[in-house]
Amino acid sequence: MLKRTALFEEHQRLGGRLIDFGGWELPVQYSGVMDEHQACRNAVGLFDVSHMGEVHVEGPDAEAFLNHLVTNNVAKIAIGQAQYTAMCNEEGGIVDDLIIYRRAEGRYLVVVNASNTDKDFAWMQKIAARFKAQHPDFTLSNESARYTQIAIQGRHAQEVLQKLTSTPLSPIKNYWFAEGTVLDGIPAILARTGYTGEDGFEVYVAWEKGPEVWRALLEAGRERGIKPCGLGARDTLRLEVKYPLYGHELGDTTNPLETGLGWVTKLDKGDFVGRAAIAAAKEQGLKRALVGIKLLERGIPRQGYPVYTPDGATRIGELTSGTQSPSLGMAIGVASIALPHSAIGTRIAVEIRGAKIPAEVIATPFYKRPY
Amino acid sequence: MRFPAELKYTKDHEWARVEGKVVTVGITDHAQSALGDIVFVDLPKAGRELKKGETFGVVESIKAVSDLYSPVTGKVVESNAALPGDPAKLNSDAHGQWMIKIEVTDAASAGDLMDASAYESFVATLK
Repeated sequence: MLKRTALFEEHQRLGGRLIDFGGWELPVQYSGVMDEHQACRNAVGLFDVSHMGEVHVEGPDAEAFLNHLVTNNVAKIAIGQAQYTAMCNEEGGIVDDLIIYRRAEGRYLVVVNASNTDKDFAWMQKIAARFKAQHPDFTLSNESARYTQIAIQGRHAQEVLQKLTSTPLSPIKNYWFAEGTVLDGIPAILARTGYTGEDGFEVYVAWEKGPEVWRALLEAGRERGIKPCGLGARDTLRLEVKYPLYGHELGDTTNPLETGLGWVTKLDKGDFVGRAAIAAAKEQGLKRALVGIKLLERGIPRQGYPVYTPDGATRIGELTSGTQSPSLGMAIGVASIALPHSAIGTRIAVEIRGAKIPAEVIATPFYKRPY
Repeated sequence: MRFPAELKYTKDHEWARVEGKVVTVGITDHAQSALGDIVFVDLPKAGRELKKGETFGVVESIKAVSDLYSPVTGKVVESNAALPGDPAKLNSDAHGQWMIKIEVTDAASAGDLMDASAYESFVATLK
């Protein structure tokens, strides 16, 4: 039996094409990936992301625990601020990427990937059990079933969301949030975060309040051309800004320094799970990098396609993601590639169904919002 | 969903217009709908020999890659050169966009193609 979000009936009513996504029955598209993608880029899009996992970490030792658990420096998060980070295993591979919201002193909301929620929570519990020998004063609880999470993304997102809340949204900076209410006093976390490369918010409300908030946002955004967007558009939107996705760019054996997460890996912040392995890999010399590529001839790059030197003689990596970019009208991809071939402008070749297609390493993000 | 009566169909969701020895091939309305936004088409050159059921090309949407299968045994005599430059046409008019024309060399290979009502029933079983 697939799990359903509180918005399942809304997706059915809107004609969403429902698929199995990591055990969740979710819409891959409503009107079409291209149409939804453009609506989000040019106006505003609405996404049900309730499948994401939410974990509460609370208590006087919560900060110390989280700082031991993740790669980024949790001590730097102010109350009301969010931080993107990763959680590693002892070998320095990535268990998951996540966002930590600091709601109050000793009170954190940790948001993890849907299909990883159970694995992540088990890992957090394991590390917590060990950590509690020294710092026992915190609790860990998986509250995923209590939340509906809705992302409203696009240049008109703030204007549309503001119609539902008296909390002033414009003062909320990128990767900050406010706790307020929407509609008739429904408590909500209003976070300026997202996964599309557009301005926008992620809104957390109680599970059962999801449908009325979803419907109100669609209504409030109608004159701005709001469209519900499925997983297909979510993927093309994130890919155009090279946001990593677990199972593509990130995995249990990928070192964060070799897969674009160096900026959230603070080796000098003190010890954390995986630090020794990551530092040792750095000491020995990193071998791979995550790069953006574009094809120079016809084709669509896809995850798993091999990458070669331009003469096709030496395999130097593989695609982690790829698509025809709806915004740019060209075939783009993200590749894990041997470091000596990772400079912008380097010519490479991507093998597609046996043919080696010329390609080039290019600067990312592929798409930059124009406002 | 449209199922034009003048066409024949395969279980792989190609349509075939049989005119004497020449069979014109495309993908069905159901196929384009299932694929979603089509962004890439690769077709064979004229002269290619094809066996029934053999892969003759590929069509890709944003999310999916799908092989194209020859409905008959024969030789490609023409390929729609305009289509790869504008693959989205397959979404707006799948039955109006042909891909290749095949000169049939084994007449029996066209024998089991479905008519429109059989294909419509087949599609209904997939839901």
